[in-house]
Amino acid sequence: MRKGNPWLSVLFWTLISLATLFPIYWLFVISVKPAVELFSTPSIWLTEIYWQNYVDVLNNRTLRGYMVNSLVISSGNAVLCTTLGFFACYALSRFDLGGKESIFFWTITNRMAPPAVFLLPLFLLLTQVYRVGDFSLADTRIGMILIYCTFNLPFAIWTLRPTLDGIPKELDEAAYVDGASPWKVITEVVFPLARPGLAVTLILTWVFAWNEYLLAATLTNFNARTLTTGLSEYVTTTGTNWGIMAAISVFTLIPALIVFSLVQRHIVAGLTFGAVKG
Amino acid sequence: MHSKTLGWILLAPTLLILFLFGVVPFIYVVFVSFHQWNPFGANPNMVFNWANNYRRVVFDAQFITSLQVTAAFVFFAVTSQLILGYALAQAFMRDFPGKSFFRTIHTLPLIMAPIIVGSVWKLMTTPSIGIIPNLLSNWFGYDLNIGQSATQAFITTVVMDIWHWTPLVTLTMIAALVSLPPDPFEQAQIDGANRRQIFWHITLPMIRPAILATLFIRLMDAMRTVDEVLMLTGGGPGSATRYVGVHIFKEVFPRTNYGYGSAISVVVLYLTIVVCWLMYVGLIAPRNKGKG
Repeated sequence: MRKGNPWLSVLFWTLISLATLFPIYWLFVISVKPAVELFSTPSIWLTEIYWQNYVDVLNNRTLRGYMVNSLVISSGNAVLCTTLGFFACYALSRFDLGGKESIFFWTITNRMAPPAVFLLPLFLLLTQVYRVGDFSLADTRIGMILIYCTFNLPFAIWTLRPTLDGIPKELDEAAYVDGASPWKVITEVVFPLARPGLAVTLILTWVFAWNEYLLAATLTNFNARTLTTGLSEYVTTTGTNWGIMAAISVFTLIPALIVFSLVQRHIVAGLTFGAVKG
Repeated sequence: MHSKTLGWILLAPTLLILFLFGVVPFIYVVFVSFHQWNPFGANPNMVFNWANNYRRVVFDAQFITSLQVTAAFVFFAVTSQLILGYALAQAFMRDFPGKSFFRTIHTLPLIMAPIIVGSVWKLMTTPSIGIIPNLLSNWFGYDLNIGQSATQAFITTVVMDIWHWTPLVTLTMIAALVSLPPDPFEQAQIDGANRRQIFWHITLPMIRPAILATLFIRLMDAMRTVDEVLMLTGGGPGSATRYVGVHIFKEVFPRTNYGYGSAISVVVLYLTIVVCWLMYVGLIAPRNKGKG
C-alpha cells in the first residue's frame, strides 16, 4: 500500500464513479420526462418526475408479451443450463471418462465463437432442418432456450467444475458403501454441498440470457421476441419515442441491477472464464 | 467410479445440445458456403459452385472496409482500456475510506446488456436530446453530431466501449496487483530503484500473465461487438462504424443470398480463430513455458 492523502483518493474515485454512473442517471432522466420537454435545452437536474412512459410501456400488450417471453426464456435457459451443467460436471469430476479434459475444453470454444457468424446457419437450421412435421423450433421460446445453451451451458460447466471438484469424493463413496443409488448420491449428498456454486451459476446464466440481443433479433419474428428486441423496435428512422425507449431500457436494466447486488463478487470471475477471482 | 456408462449418460444431454446448436451449424455453414443458393432468386436450388463465394468475399470492398474499421476499433478500444484500467488499478492500491463502495460502483457497467449500453449512449449523444452535444457546443462551441461525422461516430463507439469494459480490466489488474508479494518491491527500494524502474523491471514482468489473459479476453470480445454499436450508430454514417458483426447483421443476414452470406461467416470465424491462435502462440504459450 502506498501512502498519500487518502482524501485525494476519495475525490479521485468520486469523480470516476460519477463518470460511471452519469450515463445511467441520464437514462433515468430521459425516461421520466414528457416528450415536449425533451427537446428544450437538456438539463442535468430533474424538476419533476413524470411516470407516464413507464405506464405506457406496461399498458402496451406487445411489450408485456416481450417481457413475459424474456422472463420465460431466460428462466428456462438458466434452469436448463445449471441442471445440465451440474450433471456434466459431476460426470467430469467423478468418472474416469476417456478424453474428458478435451471435452471440457471443447465446450468453451462454443462460447468463444462470435455469435454473428452463427446467425445465418442457425436461422437456416431452425427454419428448414430442425423440424418435425408442422412443428419447427423457429420463433419458439423452447427454440431460444436451446440456442442460448450454446453460450450459457459452457459457462455453467466452467463455473461449476471447481465447485464439484471441491466436494470430497470420499463423501459419495461412503454413501455408495451404505447402499445409496447414484441418483440419491447426486441429489442428497452432492447437490446440497454444491448449492452456493449452483446459485451463482443460475443467477449469472439468467442475466446473460436476459441481456442477449443479437440471436433474439434475428431468430424470432413475433412469438418469442424478447424485451431487448422490443427496445430496438422503438428506434426507427422516422422518429424515435425517446421516453418509451428509455423506459424499456430501465425495465431491462432493473433485473441486471438486482443480480448485480446479489453476486457482485462473482461477476469478474464469470466474465474472465474463471481466470481471475474477483 | 462404478460404471462409466452413468458418466456418459450424465454428460449426454450437454453433448447433444452443444452438438446440435454448436457443431452442426458450423458444419452446415461451411457446406452452404460452397454453394450458390438463393431460395428467392432465379434458381432456388442449391448448386455447388466450388470456391466462387470465397473469391467474391476477397474482392468485396464493403467487407474489407468493415474488417479495417473493426481492426481500428479493437486497437483503440482495447489499448485505452488496458492503459486506463492499469492506471485505475494502481490508484486503487492505496488506503482510503470507502474502497469497497467505489469498487462496487465500478463493477456496475459490466453486468449491463450491451444493447442497453448502446441505448444509454444514444440518449447521451443524440444532438437534439443528448447532454454531451449540448455541453460541448455551449462550453467549447464544438459540434458533435454522430449521425453526420464519421470520425465522431467512430470515436463515440470507442469511448462507449471504454466506458463499458475498462472496469473489467481494472478489476483483473487489482486482483493481480493484490496478489503480488511485497519482498521484491522492498528490496528494489532499498537498492534505490526509482518508480519507473520498479514498474518496468518488477511490476510489469510479474503481472504479465494477468495482462495477457485480460488482453486475450478483451480482444475476443471487442472483435465481436455488435449490439451496442447497432443501437448507437447502426453502423453508420456510411460504413464508419460497420464492424464485422454489424456488417453481417445489417448487410449479409437480410439478403437471401445464403451461399455468399455463409462464406462471409466462415471467413470471419476463420479470422477470429487465427487472431486468437496467434495471440495464444505468440504471447501466452511462451510465457507459460518459461514458468516451467
